[in-house]
Amino acid sequence: MSAAGTKSVKMPSVAKSVLDLPPEGKRDLYRQMLLIRRFEEKAGQAFTQSKVKGFCHLYIGEEAVGVGTISVLEPRDAVITAYRDHGHAIARGMEIKPLMAELFGKATGCSRGKGGSMHFFSKEKNFYGGHGIVGGQTPLGAGIAFAQKYQGTGGVTLCYLGDGAVNQGPFHEALNLAALWKLPVIYIIENNEWSMGTSLARSSAGLPLVNRAHGYDMAGITADGMDLDDVRVKTAEAVALARSESQPTLMEIKTYRYRGHSMSDPGKYRTKEELEAHLAKDPIHLYQQKLLAAKVADQAWFDKLDEQIRAQVQEAYEYADASPEPEHHTLYEDMLTPEDQIPEIPRGNYNHF
Amino acid sequence: MQTITMREALNQAMAEEMARDERVFLLGEEVAEYDGAYKVSQGLLKKFGPKRIIDTPISEAGFTGLAIGAATLGLRPIVEYMTWSFSLVAYDQIVNNAGQIRYMSGGQFSVPIVFRGSSGGGLQVGATHSHTPENWYGSVPALTVITPAFPDDAKGLLKAAIRSNNPVCFIENEKLYGFKGEVPDSDTDFLVPIGKGKIRREGDAITLLGNSASTHRAMEAAETLAKEGIEAEVIDLRTIKPYDFELVAASVAKTHRLVIVEENKPFCGWGAQVAYDIQRKCFDELDAPITRITGLDVPQPYNGKLEAAVMPNEERILAAVHDVLQ
Ligand SMILES: Cc1ncc(C[n+]2csc(CCOP(=O)(O)OP(=O)(O)O)c2C)c(N)n1
Ligand SMILES: [Mg+2]
Repeated sequence: MSAAGTKSVKMPSVAKSVLDLPPEGKRDLYRQMLLIRRFEEKAGQAFTQSKVKGFCHLYIGEEAVGVGTISVLEPRDAVITAYRDHGHAIARGMEIKPLMAELFGKATGCSRGKGGSMHFFSKEKNFYGGHGIVGGQTPLGAGIAFAQKYQGTGGVTLCYLGDGAVNQGPFHEALNLAALWKLPVIYIIENNEWSMGTSLARSSAGLPLVNRAHGYDMAGITADGMDLDDVRVKTAEAVALARSESQPTLMEIKTYRYRGHSMSDPGKYRTKEELEAHLAKDPIHLYQQKLLAAKVADQAWFDKLDEQIRAQVQEAYEYADASPEPEHHTLYEDMLTPEDQIPEIPRGNYNHF
Repeated sequence: MQTITMREALNQAMAEEMARDERVFLLGEEVAEYDGAYKVSQGLLKKFGPKRIIDTPISEAGFTGLAIGAATLGLRPIVEYMTWSFSLVAYDQIVNNAGQIRYMSGGQFSVPIVFRGSSGGGLQVGATHSHTPENWYGSVPALTVITPAFPDDAKGLLKAAIRSNNPVCFIENEKLYGFKGEVPDSDTDFLVPIGKGKIRREGDAITLLGNSASTHRAMEAAETLAKEGIEAEVIDLRTIKPYDFELVAASVAKTHRLVIVEENKPFCGWGAQVAYDIQRKCFDELDAPITRITGLDVPQPYNGKLEAAVMPNEERILAAVHDVLQ
């Protein structure tokens, strides 16, 4: 076990049983990854058509990370991530129609058109966002885990961040609190080698990043983000540690984004060779080869699935396009929760004209 | 009625709310074993144990974000800042997370949380430790900002804040912790409505509007003015955001003159908002320009004499009143 972390914390050895999925389970993981890929391609297309505005960060290339990690969770567990959140939301089982509608800023969006690409949320799925401030979500992740422990829900929290976000102070504060208070949280560094146009080598001392677990006497493990099964096994171990012993883990998952940082980034800072080397390890393609070899599915099944998913994504696009804009009055809604233990607080109207 | 200090009033408020709601807990630096840097949480660890009275590392961004995350799941944290000056390293968490999550999530996630602690100048602790941040937090749409001046309000408002389903910045004043006043007994479950000001002294010559320690400065000035035959009405705003416009407007309709006393720095201090609203909606009631006495537009100096000049002191208030009455 590649525990870069502590002397005092031993990772539980989770049998590779998470890999003993029935064939339909494996096919479903593949389906989820392909759904993310096709959703993101459509989102990118919609952005170039100016249907999607603002910032739009695609998850293409990183699908095995979101799908693999979330696949070992239970419904009571929580997920929180940064602004590159489409993949996690889909892996968490959010319907893609409200997701696409959110990108379009429509009233039918998962955040009623008020969040946008970076701020997907779903209370029903315990999906705590979508956060736009780099690293800002990391203390929240500790807090969700704190509440799970306080309430004894038995749940654990997955909190994602980028390789650039590891250098934010609040992340280190969160790691310390998580280790100090034994919170059932797993921090997952999605190391895609770039934070916008800054390479890992230019942003971070003390590589590999998982070493940062040492300072907090926390379990630290790495996974190959291009290999869905590796992600699943390693995450299952961390989840087991969190669930049974209420111990946090820092995971570093090596991955790569095939597109620019956001839709407005042509990605000129990296070489063609670098990109091609990573394209050759496409996680979706690799998993497909694995399933073909194991005869879990044949080529006809894959072809048909792609067709279905393309149609599903097209339908989501049309749904988003046809959905109404939010009504003006909704501008003033959702800011405050109605009171139920004290009288409603009279809110002054500071808006003139 | 009991006569207790502001500190005791705050302590009772937390203890009573923690007793009635398991989801309420307190975290912050030195709140548990040390009994609070200003002894506001004295005895609470003994009463409620370490699960609910939690000492944190010196890590404001971390524990503030943690508390906000816990609130989104359904707990009701009270976050104590040793002083609000130190909340600045957690500003992103308060503004971007507590302040925006409900809206950005289309109303799915609530943030029932109270951030509280001491604030204010006048204690010769220098520029970094003397902030009055009510205007900074008041400019965030979803944040409610409360600044009590008297023990009864401190208790009733803190209890109400803890029961609110929304994020509240509860900004106390260090100079007032030892201030004594009458507070209803604990068995009365005494609550003070958030968003309502209070007339602390009646008069008809001029309205003095204050908050927190500035209310006390206004009261002192009013006593001096009374000796000169000028009866000033003193309003304690209590809640800064949203503030009680109607109460101020009604007083101005009576006195036709308004002097605002606030420790905030002048540029975009809360009094600027009140002055704007009153001139906009009560223009014809005014017999003189609204005047603001604020903390002076300089960093807080250490030297006692210099700092006294920076504070909204009685001398400056009286000068403003005489100017407005001319
Ligand atoms: C506090 C803050 N600073 C800067 C930014 C602008 N910004 C957005 S994403 C980003 C790069 C982050 O890279 P990384 O953490 O590696 O995540 P990735 O985009 O690779 O998933 C930057 C600089 C921001 N959103 N928040
Ligand atoms: Mg990155």
